[in-house]
Amino acid sequence: MTALIEARGLVRRFGGVIALDGFDLVAAPNEILGLIGPNGSGKTTFFNMITGIYGADAGSVVFDGADITNAPPRAIYRAGISRTFQRSRLSLPLSIFDNIMIGNHKRLNQGIWFNLVRRADFKREFEENYHAARALVDVFEPALADRMFEPVAGLPMIDRRRIEICRALISAPKLLLLDEPSAGMTHEETTELMDDILLVREHNKALTIIIVEHEMSVIERITDRCIVLNFGRKIAEGPYRDVATNAQVQEAYLGAA
Amino acid sequence: MSESDPAVGQVTTGRVTWCPGLAALAFATVYIIALLGAERQWVIIALLAFGIVGAGTAGAFGLLNSVNRSFADHEDSMGLFAIAAALVIATWFREEHFVLLLVITVLLYTVATLGLNVQFGYAGVLNFAGASFFGIGAYTSAVLNPTGVPHLLVLLTGGVLAALVGSILLLPVLRTRGHYAAVVTIAFALLFKTFLEVNDVLGGPQGMQVKGMRLLGWSFNDNIEFGNITLSFYVNYFLLSLMLLIGTFGLVRRLERSWIGLNLDALRLDETAAGCFGLNIARWKITAFLIGNFLIGIAGALFGMVGGFVGPNNYTFGDSLILVSILLLGGIGNPWGLLVATFIVVVVPEKLQTIQEYRFLLYAVLVIGVLLFRPEGLLPRPVRRYFPGWRP
Repeated sequence: MTALIEARGLVRRFGGVIALDGFDLVAAPNEILGLIGPNGSGKTTFFNMITGIYGADAGSVVFDGADITNAPPRAIYRAGISRTFQRSRLSLPLSIFDNIMIGNHKRLNQGIWFNLVRRADFKREFEENYHAARALVDVFEPALADRMFEPVAGLPMIDRRRIEICRALISAPKLLLLDEPSAGMTHEETTELMDDILLVREHNKALTIIIVEHEMSVIERITDRCIVLNFGRKIAEGPYRDVATNAQVQEAYLGAA
Repeated sequence: MSESDPAVGQVTTGRVTWCPGLAALAFATVYIIALLGAERQWVIIALLAFGIVGAGTAGAFGLLNSVNRSFADHEDSMGLFAIAAALVIATWFREEHFVLLLVITVLLYTVATLGLNVQFGYAGVLNFAGASFFGIGAYTSAVLNPTGVPHLLVLLTGGVLAALVGSILLLPVLRTRGHYAAVVTIAFALLFKTFLEVNDVLGGPQGMQVKGMRLLGWSFNDNIEFGNITLSFYVNYFLLSLMLLIGTFGLVRRLERSWIGLNLDALRLDETAAGCFGLNIARWKITAFLIGNFLIGIAGALFGMVGGFVGPNNYTFGDSLILVSILLLGGIGNPWGLLVATFIVVVVPEKLQTIQEYRFLLYAVLVIGVLLFRPEGLLPRPVRRYFPGWRP
């Protein structure tokens, strides 16, 4: 098995707090990997490290054969890693289409001459991207596909999450990082969103997903494998059913008996 | 956004014809001619009161929103109508130096605020030194006009110099965010005025004369005579200013309706998220800052030639504040709104001689009123349409 992403011995300190303490993670191509653990155990820190928002104090990350340790977010996105955020980070006054296009930055022609003067060519690129974005949104929620030029500020939470996921998927990444996609949603909405994610996987078998989630039903349903974190260290790894019965994991969540 | 109408922003339905826009424009033209031509204070006050009540009523009945949408949907035709309206106004006042000067001031200030709009409205970089960059353009005219440099090239040089001098600020502006970056530009505005005052080469506190524009042997400072018709020499400057505004308007519009406009919005609204999707934050902030200062500099260079004089007191921090208040008043990001706001801010204090000394009070009241009752400005910015009228 060649790993798509391989993190070794990652360490991240914030002052005296060690958020991540020698963490290892390996994900294979087209795997759905769950990352679970109590609040503050280092899950989001890990996401922020491999997307370049935080630097690593020690350790290395190799993605798709290239070393991306301490690379800037731009380079990591170009290499093929996209993410969603725990607190939705859409640009609310902008339209659905605009938000999705933000995620397609690396495939859009950013030349000033192209954008300002060669409007016929720009229009062609715009139309191609409109159809691509619309087709992607259509997979998630056909009703939204007719509202591509409405501001996202007027949409309910579940639709905003869908658009965030579309924004991450539009550039055809190899690795998708989902940071608590169920946050702020009802149980039914969460179920619906998970159906969507599984559907996306069916469309694109090569996609690898790492998901941070507190909703254990989600983890149980969609992940192939789980890694449990506590105080910045890995305490268990394996299929959800095995991990859930692990004594150390139960102690981490419920406290010592 | 405040509208619950589900058709807002939709491409396929809820379209408005150009009628409300054209009606509003025709009405505005008549109103502007009446206001600019009025001399007695009570007439002016009555007209202004009528304007405020009229706009308020139109807003309350949703008419302003349909006008706004009509402009958004049919921008090319509305642009032509607006140019025609400007020509009608100039023709009406063809012999009146002072009124034409006011109109030219409105046109050039709008060019300058369009530059600020690229910086603040799109990229979110606050620039409290707008008047300084305007001044750099004006001083460029003062220095270069007596030399043999062609005067159109002087305008361009004014813009380039403003952008170049502005790049001194790039490092501090890039290293700070929001209010802190704004403080950097305030410091620059204060320094710039002091620099002009102590610099004898540039005339010191007395300032400098600016030679009028000459284009292909045609002197802009001579009245135009056709047989027995005499037009004010300001008509020359009016036409050139109008062309500059049209060009700037088109440029800023295209910028907004491109991936570049999207980049600028993305970095203003969420730098972290934009960075995670490959955006080079520094590159686009620099682009916006330079383009903005370039436009402000060109407007300043032409304005210097119109006025015939430049001095340190014309380009103070207070004038920069006026430019920013135009931006807040008009509707950040909406070029049409900026045109309306510039007219209000430039013309009203000039016509209302009674309030001259209280003009800053008027601006303060206007800005606070807008922020309280219409926080997105008189004409809020609509959702981006890459090609107006385009349907999937």
